[in-house]
Amino acid sequence: MVDVVFDPGNVVPPAEVEDVELYHPHSWITKYVFSQDAKVIAIQYAMTAISIGVVALVLSWLMRLQLGFPGTFSFIDGSNYYQYITMHGMIMVVYLLTALFLGGFGNYLIPLMVGARDMAFPYVNMISYWVYLLAVLVLAASFFVPGGPTGAGWTLYPPQAILSGTPGRDFGIILMLVSLMLFIIGFTMGGLNYVVTTLQLRTRGMTLMRLPLTVWGIVTATIMALLAFPGLFVACVMMLFDRVLGTSFFMPAIIEGGELQKYSGGSPILFQHLFWFFGHPEVYIVAVPAFGIVSDLISTHARKNIFGYRMMVWAIVSIGALSFVVWGHHMYVSGMNPQFGFFFAVTTLIIAVPTAIKVYNWVLTLWRADIHLEVPMLFALAFIVTFVIGGVTGLFLGNVSVDVPLSATMFVVAHFHMVMGVAPILVVFGGIYHWYPKVTGRMLNDTLGRIHFWVTFLGTYAIFFPMHYLGLIGVPRRYYELGDAAFVPPSAQSLNAFITIAALIVGAAQIAFFFNLIWSLFRGKEAGSNPWRATTLEWQTPETPPGHGNWGKNLPIVYRWAYDYSAPGAKEDFLPQNQPPQAVPAPAGAAS
Amino acid sequence: MAIVVAVILALVAVGSVLFHFLSPWWWTPIASNWGGIDDTIIITFWITGVVFTAIVLFMAYCVFRFRHREGSRAAYEPENKKLESWLAIVTALGVAAILAPGLTVWYQYVNVPKGAAEVEVVGQQWQWSYRLPGKGGQLGTSDPKYVSPDNPLGLNPDDPNGKGNLVIIGDDLHLPVGRPVKMLLRSLDVVHDFYVPEFRAKMDLMPGIVTYFWFTPTKTGTFEILCAGFCGVGHPQMRGNVLVEEDKDYQAWLLKQHTFAEMFKADPAREKRASVR
Repeated sequence: MVDVVFDPGNVVPPAEVEDVELYHPHSWITKYVFSQDAKVIAIQYAMTAISIGVVALVLSWLMRLQLGFPGTFSFIDGSNYYQYITMHGMIMVVYLLTALFLGGFGNYLIPLMVGARDMAFPYVNMISYWVYLLAVLVLAASFFVPGGPTGAGWTLYPPQAILSGTPGRDFGIILMLVSLMLFIIGFTMGGLNYVVTTLQLRTRGMTLMRLPLTVWGIVTATIMALLAFPGLFVACVMMLFDRVLGTSFFMPAIIEGGELQKYSGGSPILFQHLFWFFGHPEVYIVAVPAFGIVSDLISTHARKNIFGYRMMVWAIVSIGALSFVVWGHHMYVSGMNPQFGFFFAVTTLIIAVPTAIKVYNWVLTLWRADIHLEVPMLFALAFIVTFVIGGVTGLFLGNVSVDVPLSATMFVVAHFHMVMGVAPILVVFGGIYHWYPKVTGRMLNDTLGRIHFWVTFLGTYAIFFPMHYLGLIGVPRRYYELGDAAFVPPSAQSLNAFITIAALIVGAAQIAFFFNLIWSLFRGKEAGSNPWRATTLEWQTPETPPGHGNWGKNLPIVYRWAYDYSAPGAKEDFLPQNQPPQAVPAPAGAAS
Repeated sequence: MAIVVAVILALVAVGSVLFHFLSPWWWTPIASNWGGIDDTIIITFWITGVVFTAIVLFMAYCVFRFRHREGSRAAYEPENKKLESWLAIVTALGVAAILAPGLTVWYQYVNVPKGAAEVEVVGQQWQWSYRLPGKGGQLGTSDPKYVSPDNPLGLNPDDPNGKGNLVIIGDDLHLPVGRPVKMLLRSLDVVHDFYVPEFRAKMDLMPGIVTYFWFTPTKTGTFEILCAGFCGVGHPQMRGNVLVEEDKDYQAWLLKQHTFAEMFKADPAREKRASVR
């Protein structure tokens, strides 16, 4: 596996590689709007995801204003508070993080990193984006229908999601369910592309074990998505039928307003099983691409191979597989058969082992490295810190009896924000700072980047680390006001106010990021094709930004793994994957 | 630059540990038998706290010690099977050390002790009601179809066991200190959760089935109930109180409660309503 520079016997002969018959766009519309080029589709996904993500960010400020200063803002009441939390949660998890990692980073990086000209099915890939956009528009429309968006919580539990007493039960919930179904359809189309391209369109010499971990992360997440999203799809269909047709998939006999409703015989727990069978893999679908990307950020900027590459691949795959047998840990106190608690606690804590191995390997990559503290590296380091916090609090919640007092408290909210909302978002930022020069040909401004980094990292830590302790006290989640509660000390309200101020400051700091993105497009320093001196194929394109077809006349040929940094005997401290081994005379005095 | 980053990382680790020990925000004192949960939490804090601090301090050290300087070059070490195996084993042991007490407590949680009293908790948007077996010692059957203005809990009027059940609508629940009690949870509409932080134990109310948990109150006092399962816009206001008291005070309270038979009188109009459904 290790190709060092002295080994001339390991040359891959340049055989004939059958090139792909690539379509060629002929008009501005087919080049920039209805484009089949994965790079354009990637930017479309990213811009749409970030736009709707900003909406969700603003909603979070509204939520924090209520929690930090309850009753101060008269336009925030119980009803719209629940609409804010629902839309914030669903947008962030599904429409931002999943779409950005898979549709954004995946579309841009996979063809380039495997040495392909484009995805395997470019037309379907294009359609996948427009279906995703339609899903986003349907979701956004729920803000404008009578009753507003659903306020059932992102988990959409029945029976309350479709009963009065929960905001949006008239139209908002219908639009949410339809939007999710559209999203899943779109992502199946895109997902098939990412998997098939990686399996079938790798360039000559690019074996699976020479792929960068970014590809392993995104592709594993895609396979998980293809297997998990159908669970959500059927749950949405059944809930839609319950709402619109009066069926009782999830609806038992219910008293509403003193009257027995027409439903009977249904099982609300069935929805929870279906939802979490999707929902747990979903949170790993968000995390696993981040795992892959951060490995590449660390190795590039530490000028050192990722430590334990084979174990890292094994860990990503086993985390992906194990994530399908832990869903019950979201349901420990749901009233499901308590014996399940033993099984799910064991599987949940087992998954901690490959995850911990990844953390050790990231950190061991820093050992005896040559660390350049560029902005992407700073974000990668911050990822490790916040991911460890987020991960270990998962050990509390996964341990079934410990989950009993902690579930449905702010401890859970703090946990999932730290592990899903902070750590992977830091990787999104790091990835954007890292790959922006390839996408645009210009560097992002370094000073603005550092300001953005420090405020975001320390600010989000200040928001979510103390929040765990509110949960330990017993402060429940999904309470828009706690009111008088004898067991909660008044200082807890001060903590809430502090967290709100921190959240608003972190929000304001993102202005620096968006300004940087736009300003650097026009005034950023010219980057050249490989400003970070990285080994992976995307940096070896003949043009920057890469042109249509990525590689010019000839596809690259790969001779080595993705991590030949500081290889002994090499003149440069990096060897691109498509650099052939050189015949170099043995050092003087060595045996021949 | 590197020293600044290293110091900040170290401060994050140390600051987090200090916050844990110095902040005033800690769990509310326990008033039930479930101290085993608290003990497991403490064990988990120790193990995860040590791991977190070690990892971040090690990172801080590396960031400083292996910062790029003129002429520096990284080592080339693709893997180290021995170190990786050792780390995996230690991690597995740490995980087992957390799981063992957690599962032991869970085993106790799912096995209700013999002789535990039974109390039914009925949740409805947005108040708590209760039913005690009363003198007959057995709870009667129930079904949402029986719900009516003078039978708000939906008890079966034809079940003889139900007639002596004590019914408490929207008021405080009293419990005797020191006696294990099995809480039977029933919802008439949506998902709720009966949560008293001092008792640690809780469980969702799931419409369509009866769920349960058990605990032994160990301290007298008044404890607040919070609904811990999102149930609509009234969710934060779905509150109540549990008063744990000495047995003689508890018996006195019991005597004052109304039975189902007292609340529910035969009403011809109701027979007509029932036949229409």
